[in-house]
Amino acid sequence: MDALLRARVFFRSGMRFSMSWPDIFLEFVFGLFVVLTVCGGLLAVRTQILMYTVLGAAVAFLGVAGLFMFLNSTFLAMMQILIYLGAICIVLVFGIMVGYTPRQVAEQGIRGQNLLLAVPACVAAVVLLRSAVGRTIWPAPPDGQRDFSLVAVGRQLLEQYALAFELISVLLLIAIIGAIIVVTVKEDPR
Amino acid sequence: MLSQDMKTYLVVAAFLLIIGVYGVVQRRSFIGMLISAELILTGAGLNFMAFNRFMAPVPAVGQVFTLIIMGIAAAETAIGVSFILAVYRQFKTIDPIQLNELQESIPHEAPEDDQVLAPCRRSPGDKVA
Repeated sequence: MDALLRARVFFRSGMRFSMSWPDIFLEFVFGLFVVLTVCGGLLAVRTQILMYTVLGAAVAFLGVAGLFMFLNSTFLAMMQILIYLGAICIVLVFGIMVGYTPRQVAEQGIRGQNLLLAVPACVAAVVLLRSAVGRTIWPAPPDGQRDFSLVAVGRQLLEQYALAFELISVLLLIAIIGAIIVVTVKEDPR
Repeated sequence: MLSQDMKTYLVVAAFLLIIGVYGVVQRRSFIGMLISAELILTGAGLNFMAFNRFMAPVPAVGQVFTLIIMGIAAAETAIGVSFILAVYRQFKTIDPIQLNELQESIPHEAPEDDQVLAPCRRSPGDKVA
């Protein structure tokens, strides 16, 4: 709350230089994470070598983990690194190594007229969403001390969202069993 | 103070969403599409976390949502990669262009004036205008 008020005052006061050095350092780190996310995303969709695609996605996931830390949730940042970087990226690398050779130029992507249509469409979508975010009058944030702690998350998981918690574990179990069944199916003799 | 403004996070999340959609449309390989779908899910999680930080009265709820999104993303990746493995065993290729078994009524070497199906028939090395 205090920080939001300070930010508002900071922008109203004609960008007068009123930040302390730790704040400036934090803003720099924040900008670094945003740049990591954006550049990782761009690398993930623009490179032609598939291994670099996974690398770009990993960089983007790392940047998002840093943003989570700025959003008062160290636990989610750790889980982002653990699940996305530690599990999903490794599985994707494994999937690439099965069929492709690592440095293979595996695809051409779209070219010519389609590219001329796709890139402006995506830029326009980003600009539209940006303007929608800017124009919306968001409701005032709730007052009072709020509990971002891991204890509160665990309490919510086991009390109010116990059903979702159980269902996600069942979903993961089914996914594991399904993956094993799909992979070990007998080859069609043709 | 960009880090204390919700709009920054929302714009980054929108960027992740759009670039994921672009990747899903543009990529011609299963792995590339899968990675782009992961980017979309990450953008959704970032959105949840931003609203959780700045709007939610009980700020544990958004974290629970994001955790569940992460679990679903992990399950999706496991299933997707197992599909890729199964397809590779069956067809000895994972190029979606060559996986055209249901397209059998159309001859593979059709005349070039057929403009509608031309994008489906090209091989990965072709230059397509």
